[in-house]
Amino acid sequence: MANLVGARIERKEDKKFLTGKGRYTADINLSNQTYAYFVRSPHARAKITKVDHSKAKKAPGVVDVFTGDSVTKDKIGGLICGWKIVSQDGKDMKCPPHPVLAKDVVNFVGDHVAVVVAETLEQAKNAAELVNVSYKLLKPVIKTEKATSFENIHEGIDNNLSFDFILGDKGKTNEAFSKADKVVKLDLVNNRLIPNAMEPRAAIGDYNTSSDELTLYTASQNPHLDRLIMSAFNAVHPEHKFRIVSPDVGGGFGSKINVYAEDVVVAYASKKIGRPVKWVAERSESFMSDNHGRDHVTHAELALKSDGKIIGLKVDTIANLGAYSLVLAAVTPTYLYAPLVLGIYDIPAACCTVKGVYTNTAPTDAYRGAGRPEATYVIERIVTEAAKEIGMDQAEFRKKNFINKFPHQQCLVHNIDSGDYNAHLDKALELSDYKNFENRRSQSAKKGKLRGIGLSTYFEACGVAPSAVVMSIGAGVGLWESAEIRFNPTGNVSVFTGTHSHGQSHDTTFAQIVGDKLGVSIENIDIVHGDTDKGPFGMGTYGSRSLAVGGTAIVKACDKIIAKGKKVAAKMLEGKPEDIDFKGGEFILKNSNKKKTIGEIAFACYLPGTFGDVKSPLPEGVEPGLIETSFFDPSNFSFPSGSHICEVEVDEETGETKLVKYTVVDDFGTVINPLIVEGQVHGGVAQGVGQALYENAHYDESGQLTSASYMDYTMPRADNLPQITIDYTCTPATSNPLGAKGCGEAGTIAAPAAVMNAVIDAVGSDVSMPATAEKVWKVLKKNGSKKAAA
Amino acid sequence: MAVIKIKVNGKEISREVSDSTLLSDFIRDNLLLTGTHIGCDTSQCGACVVHLNGKSVKSCTTLVADCNGDEITTIEGLSKNGKLHPMQESFKKHHGLQCGFCTPGMVMSAVDLLQKNKNPSEQEIRDWLEGNICRCTGYQGIVAAVKDAASKM
Repeated sequence: MANLVGARIERKEDKKFLTGKGRYTADINLSNQTYAYFVRSPHARAKITKVDHSKAKKAPGVVDVFTGDSVTKDKIGGLICGWKIVSQDGKDMKCPPHPVLAKDVVNFVGDHVAVVVAETLEQAKNAAELVNVSYKLLKPVIKTEKATSFENIHEGIDNNLSFDFILGDKGKTNEAFSKADKVVKLDLVNNRLIPNAMEPRAAIGDYNTSSDELTLYTASQNPHLDRLIMSAFNAVHPEHKFRIVSPDVGGGFGSKINVYAEDVVVAYASKKIGRPVKWVAERSESFMSDNHGRDHVTHAELALKSDGKIIGLKVDTIANLGAYSLVLAAVTPTYLYAPLVLGIYDIPAACCTVKGVYTNTAPTDAYRGAGRPEATYVIERIVTEAAKEIGMDQAEFRKKNFINKFPHQQCLVHNIDSGDYNAHLDKALELSDYKNFENRRSQSAKKGKLRGIGLSTYFEACGVAPSAVVMSIGAGVGLWESAEIRFNPTGNVSVFTGTHSHGQSHDTTFAQIVGDKLGVSIENIDIVHGDTDKGPFGMGTYGSRSLAVGGTAIVKACDKIIAKGKKVAAKMLEGKPEDIDFKGGEFILKNSNKKKTIGEIAFACYLPGTFGDVKSPLPEGVEPGLIETSFFDPSNFSFPSGSHICEVEVDEETGETKLVKYTVVDDFGTVINPLIVEGQVHGGVAQGVGQALYENAHYDESGQLTSASYMDYTMPRADNLPQITIDYTCTPATSNPLGAKGCGEAGTIAAPAAVMNAVIDAVGSDVSMPATAEKVWKVLKKNGSKKAAA
Repeated sequence: MAVIKIKVNGKEISREVSDSTLLSDFIRDNLLLTGTHIGCDTSQCGACVVHLNGKSVKSCTTLVADCNGDEITTIEGLSKNGKLHPMQESFKKHHGLQCGFCTPGMVMSAVDLLQKNKNPSEQEIRDWLEGNICRCTGYQGIVAAVKDAASKM
């Protein structure tokens, strides 16, 4: 059998999606089902003085109405922050109460106040209009940089400061700066984004009054974690009687990690009324209440020697947490951000502070890249600026400062096991024809276009694990991963993974790995995920961890299958287990022509008696069956890196930016399926381009979200993007046997800096994200461009 | 309320419908053809595109009461006798889908493009698909798939 790992194999999961047979949560309808509609706050900040639902309760078709009082009475716990950060004064971060239905105060437009459950969706919606909530309006704080000087929006949280985090040695960094020949300074805003998975969130609670079992169907990236949180903290239902199913999920990008109020409330409501309760978000609800991402205000300084060597970095960031702290809200702008500001440069001294602040906006949390795009934006913008200021070619400047020996202990956190940064930059420079850029700039100028080039040599820490490390810095759980392999008696294989695929193509990638390991064709391998009743507890999919951590758990479970198979084969082939080789799906007795296929061995494992020619094949002490489980906890993160080179043309008359050339060279370590990996990079780059040029979550001064539809929030569309050239270099990861580093977030991490460096190169001065035509035009006008049309 | 007669994926159907029922809701809730997806509430995302009398429409902005006597094809009706339509084959070959949510609308829209323009340029493909949002693929695999399908249809 040809090698499956490394092959461009078309996806196993495609047929169902292409024929309309995908089954997303909204596609599920249960008998006797009711419909939920949420009453949400229209105000950014207000006291609730009264919730009168008497009229709504009597409206046609209404089954029940639940409010903050109902959930308090039934002791339903609030939503949690799952990873707590400690401030520089040694105190724990401050988290305000976050009830699933607000009782006393609301803190952002879209905050959940009540839910109406009715026979039809229309009836629930109509009755929700009759829920009369009396509010006493309070002045909200919206802007990130204003939060600490505003009155407290949460009782007991002074200056609206959740945490004041520091990483690095301040003294040593100051000392480095005192020796600098030049200090480059930069102020940056990382714009607020809305993840916008195309499938809006949805949840169906289904309580079985006979068995006392509760099932929640929900669009989640991590159903096991959801169940744990909802059992242990929200006290919805005991874990052993609680099943969570995340069927086909239409994209996540971080926005489907959290346990949301709607998940808890439909599960709770179903128990209360003894019938299924279904909720599907309208897109405007997704805009308002899905977790948002980014929203940083940063000042950075880079200390240089006159020869261009970087000797120190200081970064001070204010991160907007929004109204409450969600599951990964605090770790995203701290441990997923601060260590990464070093990029791939050998910087001996650095210090990064992060103030996490509360405002009256939707809570922020992980959004594709989570912390790493923000870090990359800081370092890749400032190294570009530094190269310019000292008059060095930006590629040469980067190379001069690259880490070039591995393993490398960075001065902040990470110990990078492998990489070759010159290799991917050189390849990208060649593919993009970097050396002839100035010719292209002149050609563009003849057409009246300003051409610019931008580099982003990114780095990320992903394969989010290892448990000992993440728990020592505040994670509420370990981040290992599980796998179970059930080799069925008829020779096919069911693989259960604790990760979850919502576009990442696990059905195919994992089948390729198992196919190679066990010598089974991928048609006979089924990858099962997304149901807490089926496989072992697992941590889910985020942080580009599924392959490096989940894939390795699968490899280890395969190894156990082979080890047991060898014992059984030894008995059947009349040899010793150590004399059995396993290759291409066959157990072969050394120095003989005796062999058994893995299918024959599996069959024998399930029939440890006499059946036809097969007689008691199991050696003494070996249990029947061929099912193995493995839990893998890696020793380190994995560290993908790569080089993106972007070229843009800016129309001087209109300010419109057009991407004309985009080149990517990634080092993902081992690539299992290039077709799938390219798709991950394409999509990631598109989201990064979206941040740089188009997307912006905007609140007005009163706290109204003015970008709450696709008419107002600009998603990248087919006509906004060019063809992207992709290539690879490979230094395998040493922290897992696959050598895989992770590829899911890389595009989104690198692209904003590459695009913005190109825009700034074209325009000749600073532009903030998103670099919309209007904004660029204003900058051109300010710079004295005569062509910028009036 | 009105009684309408329509042909959906080749099958004659007669139903009583309210004047305000959207074609997208009718297809999903009444006919249980859940391949047609609803991704927004402003007729922007294109996940709900079906063919109405052979032309692509956003079914979330079409009233089913207006469709009396019309012929509708949804994504479920595109493959014939278990064989994928060349556009579906091409999406598979070029990894034109990831999470699959926008895919039915994207495929139905792309099929209509090739009915109108047998050999579209890359720019024409990108311009045509401007009304369909995909968050996963960066449209690269999709554009490649449509080009390839054009060469085969």
